[in-house]
Amino acid sequence: MTLSAQAPESNTGAAQGMTIVARTQAQMVRRRFFRHRAALAGMIIFGLVLLLSFSSIGFLGVSGWWDKSYLATGALVNQGKPTLSVVPEFLGGSGIRLGEHPFGQDDIGVDYFAKTMRGAQQSIIVAFLVAVVATSVGTLVGAVAGYYRGKTESVLMRFTDVMITIPVLVIAAVVGRRFGDSGVLLLGTFIGLVIWPSMARLLRGEFLSLREKEFVEAARAVGTSASRIIFRHILPNTVGVIIVAATLSVANAVLLESALSFLGLGVQAPDTSLGQLINEYRTAMVTRPWLFWWPGIFIIAIALSINFIGDGLRDAFDPRQTRVRA
Amino acid sequence: MTTPPNVPIEPHAVDPHVFDDPAAAAASGQILDSAEEVHVGLTLDAVRPPSHEEILRVENLTVEFPTEDGVVHAVRGVSYGLREREVLGIVGESGSGKSVSSLAVMGLLPKSARIKGRILFRGDDMLKMSPRKQRGLRGRKIAMIFQDPMTALNPVHTIGDQLAEAVLAHELMPRKTALARAREMLDLVGIPQAEARLRSYPHEFSGGMRQRAMIAMAVINNPDIIIADEPTTALDVTVQAQILEKLLEVKDAVNAAIVLITHDLGVIAGMAHRVLVMYAGRPVELGDTDPVFEEPRMPYTAGLLGSIPSLEGGGSRLRPIKGTPPSLINLPTGCPFSPRCPLATDICRTEEPQLAETDSGGHFAACHHWDKLAAAEDPTVFFRTESETVA
Repeated sequence: MTLSAQAPESNTGAAQGMTIVARTQAQMVRRRFFRHRAALAGMIIFGLVLLLSFSSIGFLGVSGWWDKSYLATGALVNQGKPTLSVVPEFLGGSGIRLGEHPFGQDDIGVDYFAKTMRGAQQSIIVAFLVAVVATSVGTLVGAVAGYYRGKTESVLMRFTDVMITIPVLVIAAVVGRRFGDSGVLLLGTFIGLVIWPSMARLLRGEFLSLREKEFVEAARAVGTSASRIIFRHILPNTVGVIIVAATLSVANAVLLESALSFLGLGVQAPDTSLGQLINEYRTAMVTRPWLFWWPGIFIIAIALSINFIGDGLRDAFDPRQTRVRA
Repeated sequence: MTTPPNVPIEPHAVDPHVFDDPAAAAASGQILDSAEEVHVGLTLDAVRPPSHEEILRVENLTVEFPTEDGVVHAVRGVSYGLREREVLGIVGESGSGKSVSSLAVMGLLPKSARIKGRILFRGDDMLKMSPRKQRGLRGRKIAMIFQDPMTALNPVHTIGDQLAEAVLAHELMPRKTALARAREMLDLVGIPQAEARLRSYPHEFSGGMRQRAMIAMAVINNPDIIIADEPTTALDVTVQAQILEKLLEVKDAVNAAIVLITHDLGVIAGMAHRVLVMYAGRPVELGDTDPVFEEPRMPYTAGLLGSIPSLEGGGSRLRPIKGTPPSLINLPTGCPFSPRCPLATDICRTEEPQLAETDSGGHFAACHHWDKLAAAEDPTVFFRTESETVA
C-alpha cells in the first residue's frame, strides 16, 4: 500500500467524523481547565479584580480612569457614606450609579475606592513576588536535594526543616520594624524567602521519583551532565506540580500579607494595603462598616478566586483524571 | 508476513513422524533454523565481520550491593573481550548479573555498588577514569539501548529535541546542525517522514517506532560499542524481528560492536557471533554461537536449550530446569548450579568449577563434567521429564 493510496481513505474517514485528532498535552490541560467551572469563575473574577485595580487609579505614573487619588484628602460628604447604588429606581432604590465616592470616604475624607484599589494592587504585587521568589528558591533547593540525594540532600533538607520551624510572625516583626517602609517589593521578597520550604519539599519528592525513571537513566547513558538532566530532563516533567503549588502560594501570600499588615508589620502608611485598611478601621465596623467591608471583600475575592484557579490547574494537570465534568 | 524466498522450508516440518518423536524436536539444530526464520532480511553473515582488534576488555569484574539482608553478590568475576564490529550475546535468567555487568561498563550503577576488577576501553581502565572523562565516553563511544522504549524517552520533549540533546551533550554546535543529524538518524533507522517526525512527542510513536528512535539516539554519535539491554523484550513479537534487523543494519552503518543482553536464545542464535552464558553472577559458558548451541559444555546451557518449546513438539509438555536460581546473598558452596543439575556429583557441591577451555578451541565452560555432555549424543537428554524418558 502506498501513501497516496492511503490519503483518500483518511479523507472519507474525516467526512464520517471518525478521525481522532491527537491532542497535545497543553491542549488537554487547557480543555480540562476550562471544563472546571469553579476554576473558570475564579479566573474571571481574578481577571476583573486585576483589571479594576490597575486600570482605575493607574499604576507607576500611568494615570487611570478614576480621577481621585488614594492620598488626597477632601471634604467629608454625607459622613463619608458610599454613594454606590445598585438598586434601580423602580424597585424603590436610588438608581444604578457610582456617585462621587462609590466606596465612601475614610475619616479624613480620602476617597475609599481609590484607597481600596491601591490596597488591592499592593496585595497582588506582593502575592506575585512571593510566588516568584518562593517558587524559584523552593524549586532549586528541592531539585538539587532530590536529584543528588546523599549528603547534599541531608544538608539542604535539614536547612529546610529549620526554616519551617522559624515562626513567620517573629521574623516579620523583626524585619518589618527594620525595613518596614521599604515598600512592597521587600515585603514580597521577604515573605517569599519564608514560605519556600513547602515548595522545596514538594519538588524534592517529585525529583526523588523522577530520577529513578528510565528516561533519566537513558539521558545519563548518552552522557548528559547532571545540571542538564536536572533542568532539561526532569524539571519540565514537574511543571504541573510547580504551577499548581505556585498558584496556591499566591493565595497564601495574599492572606499572609494581609495578616502582617493587619499587625502593622507589612506595608506602612501613607501607602496602604488591604490588610492595613482592615487593621486601621477594624473599630469602625459598627459605625462605618463600609471601611471594613470593602477591603475585606477584595481579600476574600482575590484569595478565593486564586484558590479555585489552583484547584482547577491541579485537576487539569492530573493525567489520571478521566472523569468528565458535565 | 509472507515467507521470504531465502529461507529454506524445513523438510521435516511437514513430516508427520516428527510429531511422534519429541527427541527429534529437541535437536538444537532446529533452534538455529527457527532463529533464522525470525530474521527475514539481514542476517549476521551479511554484515561486515568482526576484526581482531579488541575494543573492550572486562577483567574479573565483580559487583556487590550492600543491603540490609547482607551483601548481594550480583556479579562474581566476569571476564570477556569484545572485538571491533562483533556481536556478543549475553544470556541468563533474571538476576544472573547480565544487566548489572553491562551497567557497570556504562558507569550507570548506583553509588552504593562496590565494583572491582577492570573495564578496559581501548586499553584505558574506565573504573579509574574521572567521572567527567567517563561521561565523555558515555553516549559518544559506548551507547546503550534500553529495554522499554515506552519509559526510556522523555515524555515532555520532542523526538528531535531528544536526539539533538544526545549530540549536544558531547559537542558544541548549533541546534540546527544537531537537528539535521537527528533527521539523518531517523532516516537511517527507517522512520518515515523523518522531518515531520522530529517534531513528534514520544506518545505519538508506536512501540516499535520508539525503539527505532532509541536506536537512532544510541548511534547518533557514531559509538564503537552499543549495549542493548533486552532491546526487544517490551515489543510485540511481530516488531521484534524488524528491530533486531534494524539494529544489525545500523551497527554495520556506524561500524559498532554490540553487546546484546537477552534471555531469548532465538535472538542470540540469529544475532550474535559469540555468546556468554551467565548463571548466578558468573559466566558459565563462552564461545562462538554455533558450537555453544550445538554442543553445549555446561549443563545449564543444555537445560536452557532443552527448555525451548518446539513448534513440532505436538502436545508435549515444557521442560523447565527444575528448581530456582540461588540467592545471590547466600550462595551455595561449590557450583551454584549443582542443586539443579542432573549431573551433579560430590565434587560439584564442594568445589566451584572455573571457566576453562573445553574440547574445541575458543569454547569455554565452567563445569566439572563437561565431558559427560560431550559424550551424549543430544546434550538436552539429561533434562527430559520422567514421562518422556519412560516413553
